[in-house]
Amino acid sequence: MASRDEPIPAWSLAADAAGQLGFAANWPERVTRDWAFGGGDGEGVRVCILDSGVEREHPLVGTVERAVAVSLGVDGEAIVEADEEGDLCGHGTACAGIVRSLAPACAIHSVRVLGAGYTGSGDVLLAGLRWAVEQGFEVINMSLSTTKRQFSGLLHELADSAYFRRTVLVASAHNMPVESYPWRFSAVISVGSHEDPDPLAYYYNPSPPVEFFARGVGVDVAWLGGGSVRCTGNSFATPHLSGICARILGKHPELTPFQLKSVLLLTATNVAGGQ
Amino acid sequence: MSRDELRAAVAAGVLASEEVHRELLQSIVEVARAMFAARASSIVLLDEATDELVFEAVAGEGSDTLIGQRFPSSKGISGWVLVTRQPLVLEDVSQDPRFARDVAESTGYVPQGLMAVPLLHEERALGVLSVLDRPKASQFTLAEMDLLGLFAGQAAIALELLQRARRARSVLAEGPEEVAIVARLAAALELREGTGREAAIRLLHALEDVIAPNDRDG
Repeated sequence: MASRDEPIPAWSLAADAAGQLGFAANWPERVTRDWAFGGGDGEGVRVCILDSGVEREHPLVGTVERAVAVSLGVDGEAIVEADEEGDLCGHGTACAGIVRSLAPACAIHSVRVLGAGYTGSGDVLLAGLRWAVEQGFEVINMSLSTTKRQFSGLLHELADSAYFRRTVLVASAHNMPVESYPWRFSAVISVGSHEDPDPLAYYYNPSPPVEFFARGVGVDVAWLGGGSVRCTGNSFATPHLSGICARILGKHPELTPFQLKSVLLLTATNVAGGQ
Repeated sequence: MSRDELRAAVAAGVLASEEVHRELLQSIVEVARAMFAARASSIVLLDEATDELVFEAVAGEGSDTLIGQRFPSSKGISGWVLVTRQPLVLEDVSQDPRFARDVAESTGYVPQGLMAVPLLHEERALGVLSVLDRPKASQFTLAEMDLLGLFAGQAAIALELLQRARRARSVLAEGPEEVAIVARLAAALELREGTGREAAIRLLHALEDVIAPNDRDG
């Protein structure tokens, strides 16, 4: 029989071991928006932008902690190397700027999986996500998806693996009648757009697969060359929720993805009434 | 000759012409432009062999110059939309000279704003439908985005039909001579009517009994 010093097996919980799960007696306190992220700035949280890269020292993004580019070798093996090019198209920079605006003290990491041509992009996306999950980032922002069914099984495994390793995957939903991944998986936080201009407004959707709606219309986003442009799309709603997750995790680093989702539900604009 | 080649050849023999598919795509961009009262609308197709995007249909600005023009698939807004598979709206992009130049290179003029949506059919991203410069006064809404997304489904099917037809024709053009014979026979049979057609079908059955007696698909 396992002694109390040994970790509790994940597949069962003996009656005399329940105390080891160690929640403070008053946890959680009454969950309000103020408890969840009031005064939070994302300090100590690493947010990975899995996208087209992030422009260096963009005024709306600031410092990028580390940037890598993912490509495939001749035998199809993943190559992850330092990204010297920044952002080739602007999409990742736009997402990073939104995260920064909500969680100014978080550490932004860039994993470039887009931009070097279209062919093979599904494999690169998968390799990049696998690498990002292995790094143990607290939050991974995925303002993209794939429609390739052959990747759905592997993506599903990666999403579950992230979930159990305390990496929150925040993924853009599709507002088109197509099957795409990974936003449809329940282990990720899927995000669509609402029209409210409040960056901290987010809605829980009781009719999944899209679980949350965040600000995605008329957003001023960082643009290549240090500028900004006004954009609309789920691509921009997603980093809003990633930024909010970073703020919550900065204040409450102990939260698992399941608990974080519960906190998002309890503090959603349509559930807590913005309280 | 593989079964797929044969099927493609028979299909090519009875397919609508390239022109009809082009008209379908053109009608789609005309309607998209009208729906949003936009200055222009276009469809680009991904050419997987060269990793380029090709203008297939244009309504409004650029309609006389852009068809057939190509640009790299990872470049510009269409590239974003294609690789992220996410619809996108950009407002007032003209203030950014770098962006303006990029877009101008691919569209022939500098728009103020644009909406772009990926054309997805089953597992494939086929191309991008863009709507450029809606009326300045109108506030963009998510309902419009949903409408464009829905409309893109129709455009994607049209693009898929065009691609299938092109594949079938290329099999016909590059395949062995007997493929072309089968295609011509299929086309000829399609046009026959009455007793001539019945006789031709009886002859084909007889031919099948001789060269492939155990290979009937049913």
